[in-house]
Amino acid sequence: MNPIDLLLSPLGYDFFVRALLASALVGISCAVVGSFVVLKGMSFIGDAVSHAAFPGVVIAYLLGVPIIIGGSIAAIGTALGIGALTRRSGLRSDAVIGVLFAGMFALGVALFSAIPNFVGDLLGFLFGDVLGISVGDLAALSLLATLLIAIVALLWKELLYATFDPLGAGAAGLPVRRLDDLLLVLIAVTIVVSLQAVGIVLVVAMITTPAATAQLLVRRFDRMIGVAAVIGVTSGVIGLYASYLLDVASGASIVLVETLLFVAVLAITRLRVRSASA
Amino acid sequence: MTPAIEIRGLRAGYGDRIAIDDVDLSIARGSLTAIFGPNGGGKSTLLKCIAGLMTPRAGTISVLGEPVGVAAKRIAYVPQAEQVDWSFPITVEEVVAMGRTPLIGPLRRPSAADRAAVRAALERVDMLDAAERQIGALSGGQRRRVFLARAIASDPEIYLLDEPVTGVDPTTQEKIMNVLDDEAKRGRTVIATTHDLACAAQRFHDVVALAGRVIVHGAAQLVLDREVLEKTYGGHLVPLSGGGVMLLDDPHHSHGSHEGHE
Repeated sequence: MNPIDLLLSPLGYDFFVRALLASALVGISCAVVGSFVVLKGMSFIGDAVSHAAFPGVVIAYLLGVPIIIGGSIAAIGTALGIGALTRRSGLRSDAVIGVLFAGMFALGVALFSAIPNFVGDLLGFLFGDVLGISVGDLAALSLLATLLIAIVALLWKELLYATFDPLGAGAAGLPVRRLDDLLLVLIAVTIVVSLQAVGIVLVVAMITTPAATAQLLVRRFDRMIGVAAVIGVTSGVIGLYASYLLDVASGASIVLVETLLFVAVLAITRLRVRSASA
Repeated sequence: MTPAIEIRGLRAGYGDRIAIDDVDLSIARGSLTAIFGPNGGGKSTLLKCIAGLMTPRAGTISVLGEPVGVAAKRIAYVPQAEQVDWSFPITVEEVVAMGRTPLIGPLRRPSAADRAAVRAALERVDMLDAAERQIGALSGGQRRRVFLARAIASDPEIYLLDEPVTGVDPTTQEKIMNVLDDEAKRGRTVIATTHDLACAAQRFHDVVALAGRVIVHGAAQLVLDREVLEKTYGGHLVPLSGGGVMLLDDPHHSHGSHEGHE
């Protein structure tokens, strides 16, 4: 088969085209929230929130309601709970996150194991199945991406100030705590909507890796989001083809492409720094 | 006219540690006041309480005659350099533009007047040429000037500055103090914490000695008064053989458990 056919032949399948669109939308959404996550040092929260969505997903599955709704409730509840507990308990946030992360995930595993014949679906929940994405899932993803970009654009200067210098912003009267909570909700919803594509275990990479790669490359926050989105979409497309051609899990394949890009960019920027200082 | 800041019976701290207690303080409008004292003496805590960033355990604070928070848009707070993430992907101009953000209000874009205010503020601190640079590429003194420009751009009635001249070269210190002096002359109130007693004595009008409580509040020359220094710094003061004293005080090493806050 020649290379052109290799690229074109999977496009004959509707499921592959849907998967491409879904990966692109997930890539863009995760880049937007991921840039805030990386700069606020909240990657661990992203990981916790994705695992905390699990019991919500299972309960929604048992009740027969859309899993996005169950997952969102559990994820948003945990995300805001981490914020509130950190402020009130006097514990460091990483301890609070560790406790809630494991506790919620254990609840999900316990509920899941109580369902007869659960093994088949478990891998889908944990590692995602972008090739099985439905038209309804795609609609939800498009709505999320649009809302997310609109909210961030409308509150851009406030979010930028509160992210960069929460003390200065708070003293000037900006509602820093409410902006923080808004970001947590956006992170939680993005994670839940992305779960279908990449799964609970790997979604944190979709949030963190493209944004971290972008931070190595640019000097402005708005450009960082743009570059992260380009990296996210590109990795989604390359990863999906690799998954199709090599017959490996799609979520893992996308995340591996992102990781390789990160390592390559890190190596190139380090080399540049070293040759500049030599 | 009501004073810029009026504090009665203030107590505040972190966790189970009380940093300041029983603080009464009245700061007049248009004054240029330095707060000095040992590490852990509560300088930053006092500033954060006035800025509304910490809730007092007891006491009252009024800012421009209103409770804390009501006049937030009329104050500008500049945090210590250590509390800023200098690797953040943001340019000098964007940082200064933040000063306009509360004035512009949500869902609105900066106007031509906002952009002009940003450039004028950059010009005041001699940083207009660096407008497009990333903040991490600046020297320590330039970074302090950029944050001062952000405060200027917000056109505040009260400046609250945490260590604005710590660790900067003498030229930058001179520039920063000239701007603050001009602002005080225009009737703006400037309150800054500092470790630099020479700067406090020469460039400020008033000083507050703070060591958990207010030791003294008066004319700037009080920082050179031996009795005031002994009461404020206690064991950090070393007598010299000639009869003078020397202060052993390192601005970067806190003796308390909350270095990041002090």
